[in-house]
Amino acid sequence: MEPILSLRGIGKSFFANRVLSDVSFDVAPGEIIGLVGENGAGKSTLMKILFAMPEIIETGGFEGTIQFAGKTVKFKDSFDALDAGIGMVHQEFSLIPGFTTTENILLNRESVQRSFLVDIFGPRINGLDRATMNERSRKAIAKLGVALDPDMLIREMPVGHKQFTEIARELCREHVKLIVLDEPTAVLTESEAEVLLASLRLLAQEGIAIIFISHRLREVVELCDRVVVLRDGRKIHDFPAHGTSIKEIAAAMVGRSAEAQAQVDAESLVRSEHAQGAAEQPILEVSGLWVDMPGETVRNVNLAVRRGEILGIGGLAGQGKLGIANGIMGLAPAGGKVLLNGKPLPLNSPREVLDRSMAFVSEDRRGVGLLLDEGIDWNIAFTAMQVQDKYVTPLLGGLLKWRSDAAMVKLAEEYIKLLEIKCTGPRQRAGALSGGNQQKVCLAKAFALRPDLLFVSEPTRGIDIGAKHLVLETLKKYNQEYGTTIVMVSSELEELRSICDRIAIVYEGRIEGILPHTEPLERFGILMAGAGRDDMPVAAGGES
Amino acid sequence: MEAIRRFTADFGLPRLLITVFLLMLFTTAPLVGVNLPSSLSDVLIRVGMNGIMVLAMVPMIQSGCGLNFGLSLGVLAGLLGSTISIETGKVGIVGFLVAVLVGQAFGALFGYGYGKLLNRVKGGEMMIATYVGFSSVMAMCIAWVVLPFKSPTMIWGYGGSGLRTTISVEGFWRHILDNFLAFHIGENFKFPTGALLVFLLVALLVWVFFHLKLGTAVTAAGLNPSYAKASGININRMRIISVMMSTMLGALGIVVFQQSFGFIQLYDGPLYMAFPAVAAILIGGASVNKATLVHVLIGTLLYQGILTMTPEVFNAVLKIDMSDVIRVIVSNGMILYALTRTLKVAK
Repeated sequence: MEPILSLRGIGKSFFANRVLSDVSFDVAPGEIIGLVGENGAGKSTLMKILFAMPEIIETGGFEGTIQFAGKTVKFKDSFDALDAGIGMVHQEFSLIPGFTTTENILLNRESVQRSFLVDIFGPRINGLDRATMNERSRKAIAKLGVALDPDMLIREMPVGHKQFTEIARELCREHVKLIVLDEPTAVLTESEAEVLLASLRLLAQEGIAIIFISHRLREVVELCDRVVVLRDGRKIHDFPAHGTSIKEIAAAMVGRSAEAQAQVDAESLVRSEHAQGAAEQPILEVSGLWVDMPGETVRNVNLAVRRGEILGIGGLAGQGKLGIANGIMGLAPAGGKVLLNGKPLPLNSPREVLDRSMAFVSEDRRGVGLLLDEGIDWNIAFTAMQVQDKYVTPLLGGLLKWRSDAAMVKLAEEYIKLLEIKCTGPRQRAGALSGGNQQKVCLAKAFALRPDLLFVSEPTRGIDIGAKHLVLETLKKYNQEYGTTIVMVSSELEELRSICDRIAIVYEGRIEGILPHTEPLERFGILMAGAGRDDMPVAAGGES
Repeated sequence: MEAIRRFTADFGLPRLLITVFLLMLFTTAPLVGVNLPSSLSDVLIRVGMNGIMVLAMVPMIQSGCGLNFGLSLGVLAGLLGSTISIETGKVGIVGFLVAVLVGQAFGALFGYGYGKLLNRVKGGEMMIATYVGFSSVMAMCIAWVVLPFKSPTMIWGYGGSGLRTTISVEGFWRHILDNFLAFHIGENFKFPTGALLVFLLVALLVWVFFHLKLGTAVTAAGLNPSYAKASGININRMRIISVMMSTMLGALGIVVFQQSFGFIQLYDGPLYMAFPAVAAILIGGASVNKATLVHVLIGTLLYQGILTMTPEVFNAVLKIDMSDVIRVIVSNGMILYALTRTLKVAK
């Protein structure tokens, strides 16, 4: 069959920094291509080239040719690409928060009601045909097989629904021939992801080609017809997904033996339990906690965290698991009773929480976690400097506290080595790092505080498997070496099960149940669906 | 070619054009009969006069409050300082110090209230600041008439009450800094050592502040408020500190300005005081959210250089007075340029 898209010898360098070289592959109509690679492998750049994004054109274009639907194309801008029939779902949402689902889906392609005014003022004066628009968006949503309210405002939605809206928008284009999805499932829970994969298969049957970029290799193997692996800007592998294994792809991606990887994974599953700690006084006791965090409302959480354990908090998106961490850390308005080491912990005061030797790694890396325009040294040292007077030299008998840049650089260098942060040096801007390395900087920031209790929120969201593995290992090591109690919030159950001692599942702003990590997957699934209240075993429950 | 383009992008096209323009003025000046040593001396004196007010822009830019278009508020504090100093009748360095200290006290007070106000209008600081500046100057116009000043050097001769629009500081502390350790080279060149030393000293203090733990917290609050909050920083407090600093520097700046200029200008004198300072720091290369002391130094030198040299050269060549036109075009043009540049970044 004639390929719908064929890339020939694509290369790109940003000034002296080469990010892609000689990448070629074809996509046939109705084919699903999995495009995988570690962060920084060049996936996003490749897609930006396909879409003629301004950053590509402004930095001097690219090498190679693109053929689309049999013709060599040279898109001038993204609108050209859209007009030609390529749809794109970006990693970051591009939605208007104050508009409804329907309005976002049909933005600039609204159904209109013609009136006589058009003859005078031109097509801009057309009225909107709301009924037809609702019908069209309902149809697009129906293709996805999810319950999405067409009249809901985007800003009131949980993250998962925003993602579906993005995809529905692309689906609703009439002549779309190719859809590119960049990490569409990164923000989705497993069940939501399942639904999405099913609808993608449906689309492929209708003859639409799909390029699926994901870090979740299981989904790639399950969904795709063919897998293209990029590493350091080169195409390493291009094989049919049928008959291949996650291990094989992972090995091609990271260029290291998958067996070694698998062994570590297995090891992390059979690990010692911190069950002894149960008798002691819990390090953190939470009762009647409510948190007003948009899209992640916490209603009534009762929870006890044992000293020295890694407690996982899981659950579907929008059920409130992120709210628990943000509420306790004082970053979202909260109420209720929280005891740290038996003494009450004030809420809504980030400083007091930090003073009591707690630390937080936020799920919003770029928004809350980092000073994007400052160097790695500032990012890592700042909180410890402000809260614990580290990395300052007292002057005039302690009256003035002079910032010690040398000590900050030294600290940054330590963590760059320890966490294998890929950078040009401790002064490199945090904004210039890839997602995984930014996450490592966020972890280093929390570690520099030497906390007794560490909250980690979605530590592996949107980062590649190499970095993911390192982040999880680091957390585990930190827990064992320093006895730091860790509460990890994540939407990936597998990840929680691999490092946590116990896992609490949140449903509708409440803790549905707490199970040890050894419990079978189905039991967690039951809790996630909110059906656990009746058959919770008393022994495993941690509610007080 | 690529190197040139990169250099232009780094240095900023307007800054480059203004530097080239200034160099052109300096090279043509002797050819059209302008006395170069005296012009250079003028430039240095003006740098000493205005430098601290440009410096006053730095704290608020760093804390994320944007350009201090309400610098007039600090100027008013300084004016209260100098009028009260003259009322006490102290002369020489004592009189100058009284003016500075009283100005600082008012600056701290005004700055606190101003900071509280700006904390309520996050995102729209610069527009609110402009109106704070304008309205406070107008409010003080009433105050200058009714305040119970008695010193005969300051009040209107005919009515016996109310302050004059222009008050001379001759005989009090005129040129007290300009003449301190000043030296002459040749007939027409005077180096205003004292004023420049004070400027550099204050710049050093600001530099020190931003290398302290507190200054670092102020900077972080400006760079990313969410990050700072998560690190336990009280953002509103940091912003108030920066606004107070800025207002106090403005108060100090105007007193230094007066000792060189020789007059205290009341009523609507301070109305547009903020704009030259804003323009100078922008010419220096600062943006609405990042400013360093290098920006202050380069900007003051370039801006005051243009202001001094343009009228001299243009008047000599064209025999018409273009200075004010050029000044208005350059300062407002720079502000316009800087604001559009941030919009691009924010997008």
